[in-house]
Amino acid sequence: MNAPAKPSALKAKDFASDQEVRWCPGCGDYAILKGVQKALADIGTPPENVVFISGIGCSSRFPYYMSTYGFHTIHGRAPAFATGVKLANPDMDVWLVTGDGDGLSIGGNHMLHALRRNVNMQIMLFNNEIYGLTKGQYSPTSKQGTRSPSTPLGSLDRPLSPVLFALGANASFVARAVDTQQKHMPGVLQRAHAHEGASFVEIYTNCIVYNDGAFGSFSEKTNAADGELVLEHGEPMIFGQDRDKGIRMKPGAIELEVVQLGVDGITEDDLLRHDETNRVLAGLLGAMRNPDFPVAVGVLYCEDAEAYDTAVYRQVDEARAAGGEADMNALLRGGATWTVGE
Amino acid sequence: MVTSTAVQLEPTGTPREEVESVVVRFAGDSGDGMQLTGSQFTLATALAGNDLATFPDFPAEIRAPIGTTFGVSAFQINFGARKIATAGDAPDVLVAMNPAALKVNLGEVKTGGTVIVDTGTFTGRNLKKAGFDSDPLEDNSLDGFQVLTMDISKLTMEAVKEFGVSNKEALRSKNMWTLGLIYWLYDRDREPTINWLRNKFAKLPHIADANIAALGAGHIYGETAELPGDMRGFTVRQADITPGLYRAVTGAEALAWGLAAGTKLADLRLVLASYPITPASNLLHILAGMKQFDVVTFQAEDEIAAACSAIGASFAGTLGVTTSSGPGIALKGEAIGLAVGAELPLVVVNVQRAGPSTGLPTKTEQSDLYQAVYGRNADAPLVVLAASSPANCFDMGIEAVRLATKYMTPVMLLSDGYMGNASEPWLIPDFNDYEPFPVKFSAPEDIGEGSFLPYARDEETLARPWARPGTSGLQHRIGGIEREDGSGNISYDAENHQRMTDLRAAKIRGIAKDIPLQGVEQGNESGQLAVVGWGSTHGPISRAVGNLRDGGYDVSHIHLHHIWPLPSNLGELLSGFDQVLVPEMNNGQLVTVLRAEYLVPAEPINKVNGQPFKITEIEDAVKSRLDGQSGEAK
Repeated sequence: MNAPAKPSALKAKDFASDQEVRWCPGCGDYAILKGVQKALADIGTPPENVVFISGIGCSSRFPYYMSTYGFHTIHGRAPAFATGVKLANPDMDVWLVTGDGDGLSIGGNHMLHALRRNVNMQIMLFNNEIYGLTKGQYSPTSKQGTRSPSTPLGSLDRPLSPVLFALGANASFVARAVDTQQKHMPGVLQRAHAHEGASFVEIYTNCIVYNDGAFGSFSEKTNAADGELVLEHGEPMIFGQDRDKGIRMKPGAIELEVVQLGVDGITEDDLLRHDETNRVLAGLLGAMRNPDFPVAVGVLYCEDAEAYDTAVYRQVDEARAAGGEADMNALLRGGATWTVGE
Repeated sequence: MVTSTAVQLEPTGTPREEVESVVVRFAGDSGDGMQLTGSQFTLATALAGNDLATFPDFPAEIRAPIGTTFGVSAFQINFGARKIATAGDAPDVLVAMNPAALKVNLGEVKTGGTVIVDTGTFTGRNLKKAGFDSDPLEDNSLDGFQVLTMDISKLTMEAVKEFGVSNKEALRSKNMWTLGLIYWLYDRDREPTINWLRNKFAKLPHIADANIAALGAGHIYGETAELPGDMRGFTVRQADITPGLYRAVTGAEALAWGLAAGTKLADLRLVLASYPITPASNLLHILAGMKQFDVVTFQAEDEIAAACSAIGASFAGTLGVTTSSGPGIALKGEAIGLAVGAELPLVVVNVQRAGPSTGLPTKTEQSDLYQAVYGRNADAPLVVLAASSPANCFDMGIEAVRLATKYMTPVMLLSDGYMGNASEPWLIPDFNDYEPFPVKFSAPEDIGEGSFLPYARDEETLARPWARPGTSGLQHRIGGIEREDGSGNISYDAENHQRMTDLRAAKIRGIAKDIPLQGVEQGNESGQLAVVGWGSTHGPISRAVGNLRDGGYDVSHIHLHHIWPLPSNLGELLSGFDQVLVPEMNNGQLVTVLRAEYLVPAEPINKVNGQPFKITEIEDAVKSRLDGQSGEAK
């Protein structure tokens, strides 16, 4: 179902439901909803073949706002429900909506296994680095020291990086987008959709109430050019307002460094070219953080691998071909039987 | 051995003694192959035309330290020329392959019973490991038993030495030597076991040969050796059994096949999502081998994921099934609540084991009835069914699928570790005799002009429609937040929540109209005392009530297969008895449900030692209530 039937006549609004959207005014989720609806229109899968599955949290209200099939499930378990949908009917185009608390705290285990199994679906993790729906507690992606109702003196635990988690879980597709960057996001989502297997997309999302401006250093229009590195496969890693900065391997070390083009004789040829099939490179790029580095967005990693649900039905087909017609009476009479006479 | 008369028998001219029924227990180390021995003996016995029941009893450890009491694995079989209801209270014959097996099992053996011992294992070291201060073969421990001692280890080694197997491999054939002896003792045919060995070791013919030689050597030993005292072979006549084609079936097999059969009758794909857990894993194993029956199996990352993916599969228009045991069911609780609210079909199988927590994973219990009926947050009613025997699991599997799909509800189906592992002869049904109940999914033409209403209900069943993703025009969104009556949209409206809670309860209550009226299995429909059971206590209750009725007691047996909702006539039925006795392998659960529902003075008999009820325990409980009474009964 990953290929559109024909050039899409669908519009973004064809994917909107009649339900009133109830996120806080100014929430980044609105922008993502818009971006997703546009991406789906561009992809062109008919709404009846699309299923949105979510867990619990602000982001997880998402399915109600789509005109597709939708299932708002329980906290953290969306990947398991989505896996069940794909096991039942691999033809469905499944999109999963989760957050940093839902997907990486209570549901971290399911996320890990959905990724490593490579179940064919798109996983959008809205990362706002905070618990919104429960009113502002710190999350597993919150920066250390985050003051919140449950951590009045600052959070103590070290945060994790969603993309590094996904890479560690052996995900076959890992990407990153930003709520406000509407020109960029639909393209990333289309790439995620085109990929066979579990496509993990971390979307930085601003929580205007509990964590406003958490990503301002690169998501604000004025900061994006210097704060972000937009990845393109095969292209040199150049960024900056004046396109004068780049990323290269630090000589004699397995680490990246930011260099100034034209300084010390550095040219484009010295820069790394993005290779989205290189998991080690994806890890280095995923770990880059402001202010020392730009934040990498776009497709960090993409690898061809058979999707789990495809493999499941391959086995089913093979078993049917080998086992012949399913005959319940023959099954019940298989093995040792005996007859008791009159 | 219940009765005995001497009869003349072939082939050696040795007279065999005829007995009506026998209980044999094979006991040895976990690695001694006692379960295999037992299952082969079961087959041979079924082929000999006896009725039978078995009880495999094995430790939780895969390979417990050799020679220890906690590593003892046992298999008990009761067989006879009459209807056999249980695996038997006390063994007539104990086969003890080592001192630990003797230590653990001797106390169970009937007074005057036969104890067969492999002296080759009765070394000082093994005696010490088993906790014997002195050798029970030399002191007075075995007084009162008929003891048959032989060095089975050595005899086996001699029997197989020509096949070039290692000492270790040779000793592995000890169980076949022993089986050969017991085959001689009860006049069983060795041929099926020989065929089975040839098949099992098709790639290792020398191992097959060694085992077959050991089997034969044990048999010859019985024919030729001087057995002590008046010990001789027995014969057990064929039982009076309903004619037809039979097989031995375990509860796990029958339940797995029943689930597959049910989904076929419902015209659905079965998606089984489970996480390995004792004693439920066999269901996953069996269904994983049934892909050609439109069965998809999924080993999930945990119990929660198993339940959730099964529910996801049901949302997508197949039947989601998840199988587990008590601790796993506890983890699934939140997801089952979602299925209750989302009103999706789901079958949850609980193969109960002793608890709480990890408890005794390989020992049986039926202590999850509260969990099944009440064990979720909030008012979350669902259907609870209980199978009563290994073969009955087939029909209950089908019934679970029927109710889940017809009423769009989770169904909890209770089995237990005893039923799951035990086998019994099964008169194989003709699948064509089962009435199909195909699911009718919502279709685009059903909705006319308006939009699809996922919570518009069938007036009779109160079930909501089931629309399969992929169907044009029926897109809808559902979830765990309270759903507006009709549209299913999120609703925080107080009146709506009251209405939806009432509707969910009424839907489940109404299922009582669609299940059989409760009958009485034995005895009158009213009287002095009813024994009310559920689950695998069926065997001992039915035999105990039969014996008591033969003895003139006014007692009836009522056995429940539908636990929630209860059959609509049950309250009235129970009110016709002066006393109601509820034997359960728990601390009293159904008994309080019956008291709460019907205000009947039901009394419990409870047992939680990991073993099924003995017939005498139930007989004694009934007698103690009726013997002291004035009136015409004893």
